[in-house]
Amino acid sequence: MSDASIPLSVRLKAQGLDGVTLLVLPAALLLLALFVYPFSYGFILSFRPKDGSWLGNYTKFFSDPFLYDTIKTTLAIALPVTIMNLLAAIPVAFRVRLMRHQRLITTILVLPITLGTVLVAEGMLNYFGPQGWFIRTLTLFGLGSASSIKLVHNYWGVFLSLVITGFPFTFLLTLSYVSGIDVALENAAATLGARAAARFRLIFLPLLAPGLAITFCLSFVQAYSVFPSAVLLGAPAGPTRVISIAAYEAAFEQYDYSLASAIAMIMGFTQLAVVIVVLMSRNLFYRGPAAGAKG
Amino acid sequence: MALSDSFKTLRLDSVGRAFGAMQALHNFSIEIKRGEFIALLGPSGCGKSTALNCISGLLPTTSGSIWLDDKRIDTLAVEDRGFGMVFQNYALFPHMTVRANIGFGLKMRDVPKEAREKRVDEAIRTVRLESQAHKLPGQLSGGQQQRVAIARAIAIDPPLVLMDEPLSNLDAKLRLEMRQEIRRIHQSLGSVTIYVTHDQDEALSLADRIVVLRDGMIRQVGTPEELYKRPASLDVAAFMGFRNRLSGQNAQMVGQHDVRFSACGVALQGVAMAPHLSGSVVAAIRPDDLVPVAAGEGLAASVEAIEYRGHDYFGVARATDGTELFFRSTAPLATGLSIALGAEPSKILVYPGETP
Repeated sequence: MSDASIPLSVRLKAQGLDGVTLLVLPAALLLLALFVYPFSYGFILSFRPKDGSWLGNYTKFFSDPFLYDTIKTTLAIALPVTIMNLLAAIPVAFRVRLMRHQRLITTILVLPITLGTVLVAEGMLNYFGPQGWFIRTLTLFGLGSASSIKLVHNYWGVFLSLVITGFPFTFLLTLSYVSGIDVALENAAATLGARAAARFRLIFLPLLAPGLAITFCLSFVQAYSVFPSAVLLGAPAGPTRVISIAAYEAAFEQYDYSLASAIAMIMGFTQLAVVIVVLMSRNLFYRGPAAGAKG
Repeated sequence: MALSDSFKTLRLDSVGRAFGAMQALHNFSIEIKRGEFIALLGPSGCGKSTALNCISGLLPTTSGSIWLDDKRIDTLAVEDRGFGMVFQNYALFPHMTVRANIGFGLKMRDVPKEAREKRVDEAIRTVRLESQAHKLPGQLSGGQQQRVAIARAIAIDPPLVLMDEPLSNLDAKLRLEMRQEIRRIHQSLGSVTIYVTHDQDEALSLADRIVVLRDGMIRQVGTPEELYKRPASLDVAAFMGFRNRLSGQNAQMVGQHDVRFSACGVALQGVAMAPHLSGSVVAAIRPDDLVPVAAGEGLAASVEAIEYRGHDYFGVARATDGTELFFRSTAPLATGLSIALGAEPSKILVYPGETP
């Protein structure tokens, strides 16, 4: 029982509720309208297939290899791309961290983000295509020809485009985690006799691991939902028939919104499964502040 | 203590460090014997941390050489020097327990587990942290973190322990305690400690010898007593607490060591800090040595502020020529009061005046 002499507004404030709390409202409404409602709608819709049975869409998906193989195809693209982006971003972030013109280099590296996937795909079609500069240069030096090297309209086209658009994002996140580690820690390890490899393994890696896990998840989710480049640069009928293409076909070619919703749900939950596994592994590491001391 | 026993002197030979066109350290030369505690003292930006980082190897030197007996070490990588270093912000590894932090250097040296554990136990005992050994650094107080940092640095039996303002993040009481602790640990190790500080009290109470730096150059090297009593230059005097600076004229030597001069129309006598003083001079006096005297026997001044200090009062007065004077008084004085201030001739240090 609270003391009646204290006004309600003061008691609410003590609980963290005051005028400022109202500022959350626009975002909350937006979230409700643009995420919660469509998601719930799709979720319910996915259980109302055309044939009238409850789980009809899900049984259909998991009994048709043309549909359930898309999970494997998507993972086969998204996982290697994410790992490769992360592994490439770490050394670059370590180097850029020490640079004086960090801002300039970061800007250059981040440019591909601003271009958008379709523009990058167009560019790649020209550059890596059979008549593009890349193949021409290789042919000139006798290192290959258009018939032996194929970099578009297959797995590698999608892979490369995801590296180009995903790397800057992965790099930016990694850089922020890497620069969060106090330089004095590395210096201290060096004075104690740790060489560069030991410093990385024993000091940086354990402190970076939780941040790298988050980076992995965000980059993975981005790669998993690949759509435009899988169509434009890949072989959407076969090797790069990713799950989003299956959902698109169900919705806009077969006009089966219920099946499309079910595929979208399956896509969401497979993503979630990977993210949960990665985030759980984060608990194996130290997760406190990465500074050498209290303020 | 195999390593510490194996050397006699650490010699820095005209070590210099430039950052682009800026020379942060000039011609830094000193010979340090085993067992000595050396303080590098100076205002911020004087080059003391640069000197320390050059010795540790974290910063490459741009000239000169560093020798441990007859072994040149400035060409070795940081990892190969084997010096213990205590950082200003402690730089403890946040994801390792106190034990793992302290044992890190031994692990890097591939010391077998058993010997390592024994050495870590010893180091923990030395800094009196037995009950905290299994905690993470984040769970310790500032003073305890500092002890871990020291234990980690000494666990590898370094011939040289480098400390970069290790007490500056602690509160006043803890600073005093840790000062004694550092002195005790230094004595128990018998190695060389080089200690960087901007606090002259710390330097005076800890060091066997103090190196005063300014603008990247050594201004004076001496025992705490030498520095306190006979600072070689006005700069050093100002840094050692001689806050009063008085311009004098018509200086004349009296015998070998004393000098007579006039300041603000009063004749004064002081100790000559340079041979054959004449003409214009500058006198330096500690606030504690400048006290009110009978009218006409000292510098005429009017009181501007007075502050209670417990056992006495600290005052600020303005002399007739506008010089600000800091003095000590046993009684409270009203502001605006006209007084005369004087000091014992032996407490007035007289330096050559700046040449116009």
